[in-house]
Amino acid sequence: MSEPGRLLAFLIGIIAFAALNAAYLVWVERKGAGHFQRRIGPKEVGPYGLLQPIADGIKLMTKQLIVPEGADAVLFKMAPIMVMVPAIVSFVTIPFAEGLQARNINIGLLMIFAFASVAVLGILIGGWGSRNKYGVISAARVVSQNIAYEVPMLLTVITVVMITRTFDLNAIVNQQMGGFWHWNVFRLTASPLMPVAFLIFFVCMLAETNRAPFDMAEAESELIAGAFTEYSGMGFGVFFMGEYANIVIGACVATILFLGGWDCPLGFLPGVHWFLIKMYLIIFTVVWVRWTFVRTQFYNLLNLSWKILIPISMFNLILTSALLKVF
Amino acid sequence: MSGYFKELFTGTKSLAVGMGVTIRAFFSPVVTMQYPYETPKIPERFRGHIELVADDEGKPKCVACGMCQRACPSGCITVKGKKREDGGKGKVVSFYRLDFTKCSLCGQCVESCKFDAITFSKEYNLASTRKEDFIYDLLKRLQEKNS
Repeated sequence: MSEPGRLLAFLIGIIAFAALNAAYLVWVERKGAGHFQRRIGPKEVGPYGLLQPIADGIKLMTKQLIVPEGADAVLFKMAPIMVMVPAIVSFVTIPFAEGLQARNINIGLLMIFAFASVAVLGILIGGWGSRNKYGVISAARVVSQNIAYEVPMLLTVITVVMITRTFDLNAIVNQQMGGFWHWNVFRLTASPLMPVAFLIFFVCMLAETNRAPFDMAEAESELIAGAFTEYSGMGFGVFFMGEYANIVIGACVATILFLGGWDCPLGFLPGVHWFLIKMYLIIFTVVWVRWTFVRTQFYNLLNLSWKILIPISMFNLILTSALLKVF
Repeated sequence: MSGYFKELFTGTKSLAVGMGVTIRAFFSPVVTMQYPYETPKIPERFRGHIELVADDEGKPKCVACGMCQRACPSGCITVKGKKREDGGKGKVVSFYRLDFTKCSLCGQCVESCKFDAITFSKEYNLASTRKEDFIYDLLKRLQEKNS
Protein backbone atom coordinates (compact mmCIF):
# COMPACT_ATOMS: atom_id res chain seq x y z
CA MET A 1 0.00 0.00 0.00
CA SER A 2 1.16 3.52 -0.71
CA GLU A 3 2.35 5.63 2.18
CA PRO A 4 -0.60 8.12 2.22
CA GLY A 5 -3.05 5.22 1.91
CA ARG A 6 -1.36 3.41 4.78
CA LEU A 7 -1.50 6.51 6.98
CA LEU A 8 -5.17 7.08 6.15
CA ALA A 9 -5.96 3.48 7.04
CA PHE A 10 -4.12 3.89 10.34
CA LEU A 11 -5.85 7.20 11.03
CA ILE A 12 -9.29 5.65 10.61
CA GLY A 13 -8.25 2.54 12.46
CA ILE A 14 -6.83 4.47 15.42
CA ILE A 15 -9.86 6.73 15.74
CA ALA A 16 -12.16 3.70 15.50
CA PHE A 17 -10.07 1.79 18.03
CA ALA A 18 -9.96 4.69 20.48
CA ALA A 19 -13.67 5.45 20.18
CA LEU A 20 -14.73 1.82 20.36
CA ASN A 21 -12.54 1.26 23.39
CA ALA A 22 -13.80 4.39 25.09
CA ALA A 23 -17.40 3.33 24.50
CA TYR A 24 -17.00 -0.28 25.49
CA LEU A 25 -14.74 0.34 28.45
CA VAL A 26 -17.70 2.14 29.99
CA TRP A 27 -19.61 -1.10 29.53
CA VAL A 28 -16.69 -3.09 30.98
CA GLU A 29 -16.50 -0.70 33.89
CA ARG A 30 -20.20 -0.98 34.69
CA LYS A 31 -20.32 -4.71 34.16
CA GLY A 32 -17.18 -5.10 36.27
CA ALA A 33 -18.59 -2.87 38.98
CA GLY A 34 -21.68 -5.04 39.00
CA HIS A 35 -19.83 -8.30 39.38
CA PHE A 36 -17.41 -6.94 41.97
CA GLN A 37 -20.47 -6.12 44.01
CA ARG A 38 -22.16 -9.41 43.09
CA ARG A 39 -24.69 -7.67 40.89
CA ILE A 40 -25.19 -8.23 37.19
CA GLY A 41 -24.65 -4.74 35.83
CA PRO A 42 -26.16 -3.55 32.54
CA LYS A 43 -28.35 -6.25 31.05
CA GLU A 44 -31.43 -4.65 29.55
CA VAL A 45 -30.13 -3.06 26.35
CA GLY A 46 -29.18 -5.87 24.01
CA PRO A 47 -27.67 -9.20 25.04
CA TYR A 48 -25.59 -8.76 28.21
CA GLY A 49 -26.28 -5.05 27.94
CA LEU A 50 -23.89 -4.85 24.99
CA LEU A 51 -25.83 -2.10 23.26
CA GLN A 52 -25.71 0.07 26.37
CA PRO A 53 -22.80 2.28 25.17
CA ILE A 54 -24.69 2.98 21.93
CA ALA A 55 -27.80 3.92 23.88
CA ASP A 56 -25.69 6.13 26.15
CA GLY A 57 -24.05 7.74 23.13
CA ILE A 58 -27.39 8.52 21.49
CA LYS A 59 -28.67 9.96 24.74
CA LEU A 60 -25.60 12.18 25.16
CA MET A 61 -25.71 13.33 21.55
CA THR A 62 -29.35 14.38 21.71
CA LYS A 63 -28.73 16.56 24.75
CA GLN A 64 -28.12 20.25 24.46
CA LEU A 65 -24.66 21.65 25.03
CA ILE A 66 -25.14 24.48 27.47
CA VAL A 67 -22.40 27.00 28.11
CA PRO A 68 -23.05 28.45 31.56
CA GLU A 69 -23.45 32.17 31.96
CA GLY A 70 -20.16 33.89 32.75
CA ALA A 71 -18.11 30.92 31.63
CA ASP A 72 -15.25 31.35 29.20
CA ALA A 73 -16.95 29.87 26.16
CA VAL A 74 -13.77 29.24 24.18
CA LEU A 75 -11.94 27.44 26.97
CA PHE A 76 -15.11 25.67 27.97
CA LYS A 77 -15.60 24.18 24.51
CA MET A 78 -11.93 23.50 23.97
CA ALA A 79 -11.35 21.51 27.14
CA PRO A 80 -12.99 18.18 26.18
CA ILE A 81 -11.14 18.19 22.86
CA MET A 82 -7.87 18.83 24.67
CA VAL A 83 -8.42 15.69 26.71
CA MET A 84 -9.41 13.54 23.75
CA VAL A 85 -6.94 14.64 21.08
CA PRO A 86 -3.66 13.88 22.91
CA ALA A 87 -4.89 10.41 23.69
CA ILE A 88 -5.64 9.72 20.04
CA VAL A 89 -2.38 11.28 18.88
CA SER A 90 -0.46 9.08 21.29
CA PHE A 91 -1.78 6.00 19.50
CA VAL A 92 0.36 6.94 16.50
CA THR A 93 3.54 5.52 17.99
CA ILE A 94 2.05 2.53 19.81
CA PRO A 95 3.35 -0.66 18.20
CA PHE A 96 0.52 -3.17 18.46
CA ALA A 97 2.44 -5.90 16.71
CA GLU A 98 5.36 -6.45 14.39
CA GLY A 99 4.75 -3.90 11.63
CA LEU A 100 1.43 -2.75 13.05
CA GLN A 101 2.40 0.77 13.95
CA ALA A 102 1.29 3.98 12.31
CA ARG A 103 4.67 5.69 12.57
CA ASN A 104 7.79 4.56 14.26
CA ILE A 105 9.36 7.57 15.91
CA ASN A 106 12.70 7.13 17.61
CA ILE A 107 11.49 9.28 20.49
CA GLY A 108 8.06 7.65 20.66
CA LEU A 109 8.10 7.23 24.42
CA LEU A 110 8.96 10.87 24.93
CA MET A 111 6.16 11.90 22.58
CA ILE A 112 3.57 9.89 24.50
CA PHE A 113 4.54 11.46 27.81
CA ALA A 114 4.60 14.91 26.24
CA PHE A 115 1.04 14.45 25.02
CA ALA A 116 -0.11 12.76 28.20
CA SER A 117 0.58 15.92 30.15
CA VAL A 118 -1.57 17.95 27.74
CA ALA A 119 -4.63 15.98 28.87
CA VAL A 120 -4.19 17.45 32.34
CA LEU A 121 -4.24 20.91 30.83
CA GLY A 122 -7.60 19.99 29.28
CA ILE A 123 -9.11 19.22 32.66
CA LEU A 124 -7.50 22.34 34.12
CA ILE A 125 -8.99 24.73 31.56
CA GLY A 126 -12.30 22.84 31.66
CA GLY A 127 -12.54 23.41 35.38
CA TRP A 128 -11.32 26.98 35.12
CA GLY A 129 -13.43 27.88 32.09
CA SER A 130 -16.73 26.66 33.49
CA ARG A 131 -16.74 29.30 36.23
CA ASN A 132 -17.77 26.90 38.90
CA LYS A 133 -16.33 26.57 42.37
CA TYR A 134 -16.19 22.81 42.13
CA GLY A 135 -14.53 23.08 38.76
CA VAL A 136 -11.84 25.41 40.03
CA ILE A 137 -11.09 23.28 43.08
CA SER A 138 -10.93 20.25 40.86
CA ALA A 139 -8.60 22.01 38.45
CA ALA A 140 -6.24 22.93 41.28
CA ARG A 141 -6.28 19.38 42.56
CA VAL A 142 -5.62 17.89 39.16
CA VAL A 143 -2.56 20.03 38.65
CA SER A 144 -0.98 19.29 42.03
CA GLN A 145 -1.81 15.62 41.68
CA ASN A 146 -0.26 15.40 38.26
CA ILE A 147 2.86 17.26 39.29
CA ALA A 148 3.22 14.85 42.19
CA TYR A 149 2.73 11.73 40.11
CA GLU A 150 4.56 12.70 36.97
CA VAL A 151 7.82 12.69 38.95
CA PRO A 152 7.85 9.03 40.06
CA MET A 153 6.37 7.95 36.74
CA LEU A 154 9.10 9.61 34.75
CA LEU A 155 11.78 8.36 37.17
CA THR A 156 10.54 4.84 36.53
CA VAL A 157 10.46 5.41 32.80
CA ILE A 158 13.99 6.78 32.91
CA THR A 159 15.06 3.58 34.67
CA VAL A 160 13.57 1.53 31.87
CA VAL A 161 15.10 3.76 29.23
CA MET A 162 18.52 3.43 30.86
CA ILE A 163 18.22 -0.33 30.60
CA THR A 164 16.88 -0.39 27.06
CA ARG A 165 19.00 2.56 25.90
CA THR A 166 16.30 3.78 23.53
CA PHE A 167 13.10 5.82 23.37
CA ASP A 168 11.95 3.83 20.37
CA LEU A 169 8.93 1.77 21.44
CA ASN A 170 9.43 -0.78 18.69
CA ALA A 171 13.03 -1.35 19.76
CA ILE A 172 12.02 -1.59 23.42
CA VAL A 173 9.59 -4.39 22.59
CA ASN A 174 12.07 -6.15 20.34
CA GLN A 175 14.57 -6.27 23.21
CA GLN A 176 12.04 -8.17 25.32
CA MET A 177 11.35 -10.93 22.79
CA GLY A 178 11.54 -14.62 23.54
CA GLY A 179 9.53 -15.61 26.59
CA PHE A 180 8.29 -13.83 29.64
CA TRP A 181 11.62 -14.01 31.48
CA HIS A 182 12.96 -11.47 28.99
CA TRP A 183 10.27 -8.94 29.83
CA ASN A 184 11.44 -5.81 31.57
CA VAL A 185 9.28 -6.51 34.59
CA PHE A 186 11.33 -9.68 35.24
CA ARG A 187 14.69 -8.28 34.17
CA LEU A 188 16.13 -8.67 37.63
CA THR A 189 19.72 -8.64 36.41
CA ALA A 190 19.32 -5.04 35.37
CA SER A 191 17.69 -4.06 38.62
CA PRO A 192 16.25 -6.33 41.31
CA LEU A 193 13.52 -3.74 41.84
CA MET A 194 11.96 -4.06 38.38
CA PRO A 195 8.65 -5.58 39.62
CA VAL A 196 8.43 -2.72 42.12
CA ALA A 197 9.07 -0.28 39.30
CA PHE A 198 6.19 -1.82 37.37
CA LEU A 199 3.97 -1.41 40.42
CA ILE A 200 5.00 2.22 40.78
CA PHE A 201 4.33 2.81 37.11
CA PHE A 202 0.89 1.25 37.49
CA VAL A 203 0.01 3.39 40.52
CA CYS A 204 1.22 6.52 38.76
CA MET A 205 -0.78 5.58 35.70
CA LEU A 206 -3.91 5.38 37.86
CA ALA A 207 -3.14 8.79 39.31
CA GLU A 208 -2.29 10.35 35.96
CA THR A 209 -5.53 9.19 34.39
CA ASN A 210 -7.49 10.36 37.45
CA ARG A 211 -8.82 6.92 38.19
CA ALA A 212 -10.19 5.86 41.54
CA PRO A 213 -8.76 5.67 44.18
CA PHE A 214 -7.01 8.81 42.92
CA ASP A 215 -10.01 10.46 41.26
CA MET A 216 -9.60 13.72 43.13
CA ALA A 217 -10.62 15.64 40.02
CA GLU A 218 -14.17 14.38 40.11
CA ALA A 219 -14.56 13.24 43.69
CA GLU A 220 -18.34 12.90 43.51
CA SER A 221 -18.93 13.06 47.22
CA GLU A 222 -16.97 16.30 47.58
CA LEU A 223 -16.99 18.06 44.23
CA ILE A 224 -20.17 16.86 42.45
CA ALA A 225 -18.27 16.04 39.27
CA GLY A 226 -15.33 18.40 39.65
CA ALA A 227 -14.23 19.91 36.38
CA PHE A 228 -17.05 18.15 34.53
CA THR A 229 -19.85 19.62 36.66
CA GLU A 230 -21.06 22.15 34.10
CA TYR A 231 -20.71 19.92 31.07
CA SER A 232 -23.78 18.46 29.46
CA GLY A 233 -24.37 16.20 26.51
CA MET A 234 -21.45 15.31 24.30
CA GLY A 235 -19.13 17.80 26.09
CA PHE A 236 -19.26 15.47 29.03
CA GLY A 237 -19.24 12.47 26.70
CA VAL A 238 -15.99 13.53 25.05
CA PHE A 239 -14.39 14.12 28.46
CA PHE A 240 -15.44 10.65 29.44
CA MET A 241 -14.16 9.09 26.25
CA GLY A 242 -10.90 10.98 26.58
CA GLU A 243 -10.45 9.63 30.05
CA TYR A 244 -10.93 6.06 28.88
CA ALA A 245 -8.70 6.62 25.86
CA ASN A 246 -6.02 7.84 28.27
CA ILE A 247 -6.41 4.66 30.28
CA VAL A 248 -5.93 2.63 27.11
CA ILE A 249 -2.78 4.62 26.34
CA GLY A 250 -1.51 4.05 29.86
CA ALA A 251 -2.17 0.33 29.61
CA CYS A 252 -0.46 0.22 26.20
CA VAL A 253 2.63 1.96 27.55
CA ALA A 254 2.75 -0.35 30.57
CA THR A 255 2.48 -3.33 28.23
CA ILE A 256 5.25 -2.06 26.01
CA LEU A 257 7.63 -0.96 28.74
CA PHE A 258 7.23 -3.82 31.16
CA LEU A 259 5.25 -6.71 29.72
CA GLY A 260 7.03 -7.25 26.44
CA GLY A 261 4.45 -5.77 24.05
CA TRP A 262 3.23 -8.38 21.58
CA ASP A 263 5.69 -11.02 22.79
CA CYS A 264 3.94 -14.24 23.76
CA PRO A 265 4.85 -15.47 27.25
CA LEU A 266 5.79 -19.01 26.25
CA GLY A 267 6.55 -18.47 22.63
CA PHE A 268 3.54 -19.78 20.73
CA LEU A 269 0.98 -18.12 18.47
CA PRO A 270 2.68 -14.74 18.22
CA GLY A 271 0.62 -11.80 17.14
CA VAL A 272 -1.32 -8.72 18.02
CA HIS A 273 -3.69 -10.63 20.29
CA TRP A 274 -0.98 -11.00 22.94
CA PHE A 275 -0.63 -7.24 23.06
CA LEU A 276 -4.39 -6.87 23.42
CA ILE A 277 -4.63 -9.59 26.09
CA LYS A 278 -1.96 -7.91 28.21
CA MET A 279 -3.45 -4.49 27.65
CA TYR A 280 -6.95 -5.57 28.60
CA LEU A 281 -5.64 -7.43 31.64
CA ILE A 282 -4.10 -4.19 32.83
CA ILE A 283 -7.35 -2.35 32.12
CA PHE A 284 -9.26 -5.02 34.02
CA THR A 285 -6.90 -4.47 36.96
CA VAL A 286 -7.61 -0.76 36.73
CA VAL A 287 -11.33 -1.49 37.02
CA TRP A 288 -10.64 -4.00 39.77
CA VAL A 289 -8.65 -1.42 41.75
CA ARG A 290 -11.37 1.15 41.29
CA TRP A 291 -14.04 -1.06 42.79
CA THR A 292 -11.82 -2.26 45.62
CA PHE A 293 -10.38 0.85 47.23
CA VAL A 294 -11.95 3.94 48.63
CA ARG A 295 -10.88 7.36 47.42
CA THR A 296 -7.75 8.57 49.20
CA GLN A 297 -7.72 11.85 51.03
CA PHE A 298 -5.88 14.53 49.17
CA TYR A 299 -2.94 14.88 51.53
CA ASN A 300 -2.61 11.08 51.66
CA LEU A 301 -2.43 11.11 47.90
CA LEU A 302 0.42 13.59 47.94
CA ASN A 303 2.10 11.78 50.84
CA LEU A 304 2.02 8.54 48.88
CA SER A 305 3.76 10.21 45.99
CA TRP A 306 6.37 12.32 47.77
CA LYS A 307 7.14 10.03 50.68
CA ILE A 308 6.89 6.59 49.12
CA LEU A 309 6.82 6.49 45.34
CA ILE A 310 9.44 9.15 44.63
CA PRO A 311 12.05 7.86 47.14
CA ILE A 312 11.64 4.27 45.97
CA SER A 313 11.75 5.11 42.28
CA MET A 314 14.73 7.36 42.93
CA PHE A 315 16.49 4.54 44.75
CA ASN A 316 15.65 2.21 41.89
CA LEU A 317 17.09 4.70 39.43
CA ILE A 318 20.35 4.99 41.38
CA LEU A 319 20.57 1.24 41.87
CA THR A 320 19.99 0.60 38.19
CA SER A 321 22.56 3.13 37.09
CA ALA A 322 25.08 1.71 39.55
CA LEU A 323 24.45 -1.82 38.31
CA LEU A 324 24.73 -0.66 34.70
CA LYS A 325 28.05 0.97 35.48
CA VAL A 326 29.43 -2.05 37.32
CA PHE A 327 28.36 -4.78 34.89
CA MET B 1 13.09 4.39 59.51
CA SER B 2 12.03 0.87 60.40
CA GLY B 3 8.54 2.21 61.02
CA TYR B 4 8.50 3.54 57.46
CA PHE B 5 9.24 0.14 55.96
CA LYS B 6 6.88 -1.60 58.34
CA GLU B 7 4.07 0.73 57.34
CA LEU B 8 4.94 0.27 53.70
CA PHE B 9 4.82 -3.49 54.07
CA THR B 10 1.60 -3.67 56.08
CA GLY B 11 -0.03 -1.11 53.81
CA THR B 12 0.82 -3.01 50.65
CA LYS B 13 -0.30 -6.24 52.26
CA SER B 14 -3.65 -4.81 53.27
CA LEU B 15 -4.17 -3.53 49.72
CA ALA B 16 -3.47 -7.01 48.39
CA VAL B 17 -5.91 -8.50 50.87
CA GLY B 18 -8.56 -6.03 49.72
CA MET B 19 -7.95 -6.93 46.08
CA GLY B 20 -8.34 -10.59 47.04
CA VAL B 21 -11.70 -9.93 48.63
CA THR B 22 -13.08 -8.19 45.58
CA ILE B 23 -11.77 -10.70 43.06
CA ARG B 24 -13.46 -13.48 45.03
CA ALA B 25 -16.69 -11.48 44.90
CA PHE B 26 -16.16 -11.05 41.15
CA PHE B 27 -16.11 -14.80 40.55
CA SER B 28 -18.90 -15.55 43.00
CA PRO B 29 -22.44 -15.98 41.75
CA VAL B 30 -24.65 -12.94 41.54
CA VAL B 31 -26.94 -12.46 44.52
CA THR B 32 -29.30 -9.75 43.35
CA MET B 33 -32.85 -10.69 42.38
CA GLN B 34 -33.89 -9.57 38.92
CA TYR B 35 -37.15 -8.24 40.24
CA PRO B 36 -39.66 -7.93 37.42
CA TYR B 37 -38.47 -11.26 35.98
CA GLU B 38 -38.05 -13.03 39.29
CA THR B 39 -40.35 -12.50 42.22
CA PRO B 40 -39.42 -13.10 45.82
CA LYS B 41 -41.12 -15.79 47.90
CA ILE B 42 -43.23 -13.88 50.40
CA PRO B 43 -42.52 -15.08 53.93
CA GLU B 44 -45.29 -16.37 56.19
CA ARG B 45 -45.35 -13.36 58.48
CA PHE B 46 -45.12 -10.70 55.79
CA ARG B 47 -47.21 -7.63 56.60
CA GLY B 48 -49.05 -6.40 53.56
CA HIS B 49 -52.17 -4.30 53.87
CA ILE B 50 -54.96 -6.06 55.77
CA GLU B 51 -57.71 -8.10 54.14
CA LEU B 52 -60.87 -9.80 55.32
CA VAL B 53 -60.84 -13.50 56.06
CA ALA B 54 -63.65 -15.66 54.69
CA ASP B 55 -65.26 -18.52 56.55
CA ASP B 56 -65.88 -21.96 55.03
CA GLU B 57 -68.84 -20.70 53.05
CA GLY B 58 -66.87 -17.83 51.57
CA LYS B 59 -68.65 -15.20 53.62
CA PRO B 60 -66.59 -12.75 55.67
CA LYS B 61 -65.96 -13.78 59.25
CA CYS B 62 -66.27 -10.15 60.32
CA VAL B 63 -69.19 -9.31 62.61
CA ALA B 64 -68.72 -5.54 62.29
CA CYS B 65 -67.94 -5.07 65.98
CA GLY B 66 -65.75 -2.11 65.08
CA MET B 67 -62.82 -3.03 67.33
CA CYS B 68 -60.36 -2.70 64.48
CA GLN B 69 -61.70 0.72 63.61
CA ARG B 70 -61.25 1.78 67.21
CA ALA B 71 -57.80 0.16 67.53
CA CYS B 72 -56.41 1.87 64.46
CA PRO B 73 -54.16 4.74 65.57
CA SER B 74 -54.35 6.44 62.18
CA GLY B 75 -58.05 6.01 61.57
CA CYS B 76 -57.63 4.10 58.35
CA ILE B 77 -60.51 1.71 58.82
CA THR B 78 -64.20 2.36 58.35
CA VAL B 79 -66.54 -0.57 59.14
CA LYS B 80 -70.28 -0.63 58.79
CA GLY B 81 -72.56 -3.57 59.63
CA LYS B 82 -76.16 -4.59 59.22
CA LYS B 83 -78.55 -7.11 60.80
CA ARG B 84 -78.23 -10.67 59.61
CA GLU B 85 -80.68 -11.45 56.87
CA ASP B 86 -81.55 -14.90 58.25
CA GLY B 87 -82.83 -13.28 61.42
CA GLY B 88 -80.09 -14.74 63.64
CA LYS B 89 -78.25 -12.89 66.36
CA GLY B 90 -75.48 -10.39 65.60
CA LYS B 91 -74.47 -8.39 62.59
CA VAL B 92 -72.59 -8.97 59.37
CA VAL B 93 -70.22 -6.54 57.72
CA SER B 94 -71.76 -4.51 54.94
CA PHE B 95 -68.95 -2.09 54.25
CA TYR B 96 -65.23 -2.23 55.04
CA ARG B 97 -62.94 0.46 53.77
CA LEU B 98 -59.18 0.67 54.31
CA ASP B 99 -57.40 3.95 53.63
CA PHE B 100 -53.94 2.53 52.92
CA THR B 101 -52.41 5.97 52.39
CA LYS B 102 -52.40 6.46 56.16
CA CYS B 103 -51.76 2.90 57.25
CA SER B 104 -48.37 2.21 58.82
CA LEU B 105 -48.88 -1.57 58.95
CA CYS B 106 -48.69 -1.55 62.76
CA GLY B 107 -51.06 -4.49 62.99
CA GLN B 108 -53.16 -3.17 65.89
CA CYS B 109 -56.32 -4.04 63.96
CA VAL B 110 -55.27 -7.64 63.45
CA GLU B 111 -54.31 -7.90 67.13
CA SER B 112 -57.61 -6.45 68.29
CA CYS B 113 -59.83 -8.70 66.21
CA LYS B 114 -61.45 -11.35 68.41
CA PHE B 115 -62.84 -13.29 65.44
CA ASP B 116 -59.68 -13.70 63.36
CA ALA B 117 -61.59 -11.93 60.66
CA ILE B 118 -58.75 -9.81 59.32
CA THR B 119 -55.24 -10.78 58.35
CA PHE B 120 -52.22 -9.36 56.56
CA SER B 121 -52.27 -9.87 52.84
CA LYS B 122 -49.17 -10.65 50.80
CA GLU B 123 -49.59 -7.75 48.39
CA TYR B 124 -46.38 -5.89 47.68
CA ASN B 125 -46.67 -4.74 44.09
CA LEU B 126 -48.29 -1.50 45.07
CA ALA B 127 -47.60 1.50 42.91
CA SER B 128 -49.85 4.10 41.47
CA THR B 129 -49.90 7.74 40.50
CA ARG B 130 -53.32 8.29 42.05
CA LYS B 131 -54.08 8.45 45.74
CA GLU B 132 -57.54 6.96 45.32
CA ASP B 133 -56.02 3.68 44.21
CA PHE B 134 -54.96 3.05 47.79
CA ILE B 135 -58.41 3.34 49.32
CA TYR B 136 -59.54 -0.23 49.26
CA ASP B 137 -63.02 -1.64 49.64
CA LEU B 138 -62.01 -4.82 51.36
CA LEU B 139 -65.46 -6.41 51.22
CA LYS B 140 -65.51 -6.02 47.47
CA ARG B 141 -61.99 -7.47 47.28
CA LEU B 142 -63.11 -10.52 49.20
CA GLN B 143 -66.12 -11.00 46.96
CA GLU B 144 -63.94 -10.65 43.87
CA LYS B 145 -61.49 -13.15 45.32
CA ASN B 146 -64.27 -15.65 45.96
CA SER B 147 -65.87 -15.36 42.57
